[in-house]
Amino acid sequence: MELQVSYTLDSTVETVDHAEEKASRIATEMGFGEDEVMQISMAVREGAVNAVLHGNNYAPDKKVTLAFERTSEGLVVTIRDQGHGIDLKSIPNPLAPENLLKTSGRGIFLMRSFMDEVEIRPSKTGTEVKLIKHVPGQAADKEASQ
Amino acid sequence: MSMKLSTRQVDGVTIVDCSGRITLGEGSVMMRDTVRDLLSKGNKKIILNLGEVNYIDSSGIGELVSAFTTTKNQGGELKLLHLTKKVHDLLQITKLYTVFDVKDDEAAAVKAFK
Repeated sequence: MELQVSYTLDSTVETVDHAEEKASRIATEMGFGEDEVMQISMAVREGAVNAVLHGNNYAPDKKVTLAFERTSEGLVVTIRDQGHGIDLKSIPNPLAPENLLKTSGRGIFLMRSFMDEVEIRPSKTGTEVKLIKHVPGQAADKEASQ
Repeated sequence: MSMKLSTRQVDGVTIVDCSGRITLGEGSVMMRDTVRDLLSKGNKKIILNLGEVNYIDSSGIGELVSAFTTTKNQGGELKLLHLTKKVHDLLQITKLYTVFDVKDDEAAAVKAFK
């Protein structure tokens, strides 16, 4: 199944819900299992939360771009905001004892926990987050053929 | 499904029955307002019954942490009851499972308050 679709969305809480719903539907259509669909949709939700809240700060003139693509790797989801770019070095480890009781700062950790690959590219004109989930068996097949 | 909350009293303990999703927006705000309202009225023994919570995101986790620390800072105690597998797994990977006092039996949870 070929798939390449993108959406331009407002910086609202509704966008976060829509991003999660679209991720869940597409992952299901691609044949991922129930647990993986939940992981993908949650990772996309966290990416959308970061874009809407921390990237665009709910600004009505700033948009979030959400793209889904099926590649040889599996499902690739790209989320871009139009903020000022995050400072990756300033993000504390949420599992460190001194951070366990912080009320925020777990979004990127959850994305990394649920997806096979996570790339975060901040710039002065926004942040791009790429989330990749391999189709089950595909990574092993690829390694075996090499 | 949006979030629904209702409260009841059992032997001096307030049990908050939660259902639906605790996520950024309405769900998180409802949780925050409910716990703050309980504390302001002097109800400092609180159980959050999460048995019908089928989804929680990082904002929802943050609200649980906030409810826990706010209650503790006011001299109270907050416990979690009936975690679904999804919520249990999330608290495990975020290392919060051992931070919260988690119970799976309501009567035992009520009795466990000092």
